[in-house]
Amino acid sequence: MPDGTTGTGIGAAVKRVEDFRFLTGKGNYTDDINRPGQSFAYILRSPHAHAKITSIDSSAAKAAAGVLAVFTGEDMQVGSLPCGWQIHSKDGSPMLEPEHPPLAKGKVRYVGDQVAVVIADTYSQAKDAAESIVVNYEVLPAAVSMSDALTDKSLVHDDIGSNLCFDWEIGDEAAVDEAMSKAAHITKIDLVNNRLVPNAMEPRAAVGEFDAATGEYTLYTTSQNPHVIRLLMGAFVLSIPEHKLRVVAPDVGGGFGSKIYHYAEEAIVTWAAPKIGRPIKWVADRSEAFISDAHGRDQINHAELALDANGKFLALKVQTQANMGAYLSTFAPCVPTYLSATLLAGTYTTPAIHANVKAIFTNTVPVDAYRGAGRPESTYLIERIVDQAARETGIDKVEIRRRNFIPADAFPYQTPVALQYDSGDYEATLSSATKLADVAGFAARKAEAASRGKLRGMGYSTYLEACGIAPSAVVGSLGARAGLYESAEVRVHPTGSVTVFTGTHSHGQGHETTFAQLVSDRLGLPMENIEISHGDTNKVQFGMGTYGSRSLAVGGEALIRAVDKIIDKAKKIAAHVLEASADDIEFKDGNFTVAGTDRSMAFGEVALTAYVPHNFPHDELEPGLDEKAFYDPANFTYPGGCHICEVEIDPETGVTEVIKFTAVDDVGRVINPMIVEGQVHGGVAQGIGQALLEYAAYDENGQLVTGSFMDYTMPRADNFPKFDVTTEGTLCTHNTLGVKGVGEVGAIGSPPAVINAVIDALWDRGVRDMSMPATPEKVWSALQAAE
Amino acid sequence: MATVSMTVNGKSVSGEVEPRTLLVQFIREQLHLTGTHVGCDTSQCGACVVHVNGDSVKSCTMLAVQADGSDVTTIEGLANGDTLHPMQEAFRDNHGLQCGFCTPGMVMSAVDLLKKNPKPSEGEIREWLEGNICRCTGYHNIVKAVQQAAQA
Repeated sequence: MPDGTTGTGIGAAVKRVEDFRFLTGKGNYTDDINRPGQSFAYILRSPHAHAKITSIDSSAAKAAAGVLAVFTGEDMQVGSLPCGWQIHSKDGSPMLEPEHPPLAKGKVRYVGDQVAVVIADTYSQAKDAAESIVVNYEVLPAAVSMSDALTDKSLVHDDIGSNLCFDWEIGDEAAVDEAMSKAAHITKIDLVNNRLVPNAMEPRAAVGEFDAATGEYTLYTTSQNPHVIRLLMGAFVLSIPEHKLRVVAPDVGGGFGSKIYHYAEEAIVTWAAPKIGRPIKWVADRSEAFISDAHGRDQINHAELALDANGKFLALKVQTQANMGAYLSTFAPCVPTYLSATLLAGTYTTPAIHANVKAIFTNTVPVDAYRGAGRPESTYLIERIVDQAARETGIDKVEIRRRNFIPADAFPYQTPVALQYDSGDYEATLSSATKLADVAGFAARKAEAASRGKLRGMGYSTYLEACGIAPSAVVGSLGARAGLYESAEVRVHPTGSVTVFTGTHSHGQGHETTFAQLVSDRLGLPMENIEISHGDTNKVQFGMGTYGSRSLAVGGEALIRAVDKIIDKAKKIAAHVLEASADDIEFKDGNFTVAGTDRSMAFGEVALTAYVPHNFPHDELEPGLDEKAFYDPANFTYPGGCHICEVEIDPETGVTEVIKFTAVDDVGRVINPMIVEGQVHGGVAQGIGQALLEYAAYDENGQLVTGSFMDYTMPRADNFPKFDVTTEGTLCTHNTLGVKGVGEVGAIGSPPAVINAVIDALWDRGVRDMSMPATPEKVWSALQAAE
Repeated sequence: MATVSMTVNGKSVSGEVEPRTLLVQFIREQLHLTGTHVGCDTSQCGACVVHVNGDSVKSCTMLAVQADGSDVTTIEGLANGDTLHPMQEAFRDNHGLQCGFCTPGMVMSAVDLLKKNPKPSEGEIREWLEGNICRCTGYHNIVKAVQQAAQA
């Protein structure tokens, strides 16, 4: 749906301005930052999933070469790492919210929990010295699985009395039960949404610094939202006022949600810096990242779908167990609730829906949002149960979707689970994807594969998600402890170049290009005259950061509003100089012109007039040309579309090969199609990774047995074909850009398409179910069992 | 401590290192060439790939002392001033990078592929890059970039 394919405006596939520095090794990631006098921190972590700390003897470590200090939880008396969202149980009681100290106090609750920090002249010295710290543990039984934890035999947090964090519901249960009682057919399904490790390629890192002369702290950190870190760490953990705390998130090597949260290490290096009088750097190695970055997904679902005799969905009932891990990470409680259960209508007209979500503490790494955050879980559930209902009722799997789609003329559409969709055309994306995937030729391809002894399958996912997070008043009423607006400042310099300050953060998304395109389009300026600044709380006025596919739909909209304020003021300045009424000034292609005349001023001339205001409307305007905007969206945005996966399985080995993956996504208006397609590629790869490869597995003692790239199957280049990706569809109706967001659609839509394809391939051999990840061992075993 | 000397990006360098110092640590911490990245601790991810005597090497898997006397090229030595190497240009043309963290290793690895196999098939490209993990791109545009560079 690009509006144009040339130039640098909206719709143009502009090559990225950030690429030169990344391609030449000149990126500036947190571990590339070295401050004068810098020391290094090593975090000693718990080897046990659950244990009392009976004693810590760090005397040998303190005496070791190069060691500057060793601190434990007893030394670090600060606030608890806060949770940003409060859920209330169905009985009205608030969720259980245990204390989360940056360094463990008295007890460790997962393998990887922080026990002590050693600070030394070099990283090697700190790491070596940590080995000499003697920690005596009294090992306790660990609550590893959610079913074990629910028995409360072993409490992760003794003081809160239960491992059940909350027991929440949404929807009209009586209406669902009524519909179920009248159904012609009820399809039931049990699913596990496998736990994942986000594994951004850049491990987390933090550098803390204190300036004794000014009393100012600086934290350089691998964050998707530096202002949020400043607020959470400053106000809740370390009691540092915002004007004395600068947080910088420089180039960040991928986030996928895992770098949203305020982590203990950020607080530790910031707190300790003044104590040793030197800057402190901490960098996670990959093994450490596996046991300290928030994990993703990890839900168990039971669902029942009621249908009438014509295959129309009457009601959906869902029971979910959601793993919180050992502590509540920043966004954790909202992921299985307001980011997941509210999506259970999907693209369908199901009139009655009820969901119950039990959130459970376990002795595992905290679980929080990972690319898609709740929406992949609900999408997987819906698209799996719809396929199963088609099998059970004998209705074609595409036909059953079509019969239940929300029609294109039904928007705005109010679902029974709170959300009101503003726009969409699910038939259109399904129809396009069907052509692109050559569904018509599938039977022949399946037969050809069969002639080689291979099993072909095709799977669909006609998904929807809610992003562009989020209307502050709405999320506030749902338990968010922050607003989710975004801000932008457009600073026009005297000679007409522009610096844009955005509260969003780019860690791969290419904002420096896309946002510059918006400004180029609106102000008629060349890209090279526009600089996008982000990631530094001392430069950017404020911001809530980047997650939930919100940067363009919320941050871009704030930017457009600031640009429009610039244009309004510039028109008044031009009107004064050109001796006309501001109402008669037209702005086009970077020139302000008196309508119907050839009298005009270039944008740069107006900028110079604003800063050299000799001939200026001082009675009406202030000098300068610098405007800010804060934008709070009216609604979520609702991207959706159709993913079709074609797989070929070798029954001798159980290996599943993705032959073709087709994605037709409605993401609203596309600003840069090259970047949009790249976002879908990456999301689809993560979705296929979840479906076929990735699984964070704990043993019964709470040890993460997939704790390195040797054990955890990261998708690699030879796991994929090229993807067939395109966009089409409808515009968001409540932002002026018409954009919906694209960061997460790939990861949300794809997993059920893959698993539905695997089941389709195995169906004729008698296999009736498959769980994620569909590893060769699992597929082979299912084939053996079915024979 | 041991003394190591090598040529890095055409310049002679030397330094005192602990025997356990990895080549990537020497490059990043002593030479301050931070374009070479560390993304794992098991020699799996390939973010640290450099060229040693013309071959791609995971610089986390080689001790600095093992590289004594070698000719090393890092990502910083690939472009000619502001003129990108054809592989760098191809990555830019094809949006073969997003966050940029795996990119230096990916580019260095791909350059070595084309040296050893100037006209690789798509399958050969994917198999060669199996030792370089990217979490952002799904590899689609990386493969396209290598294919373009192979045409250049």
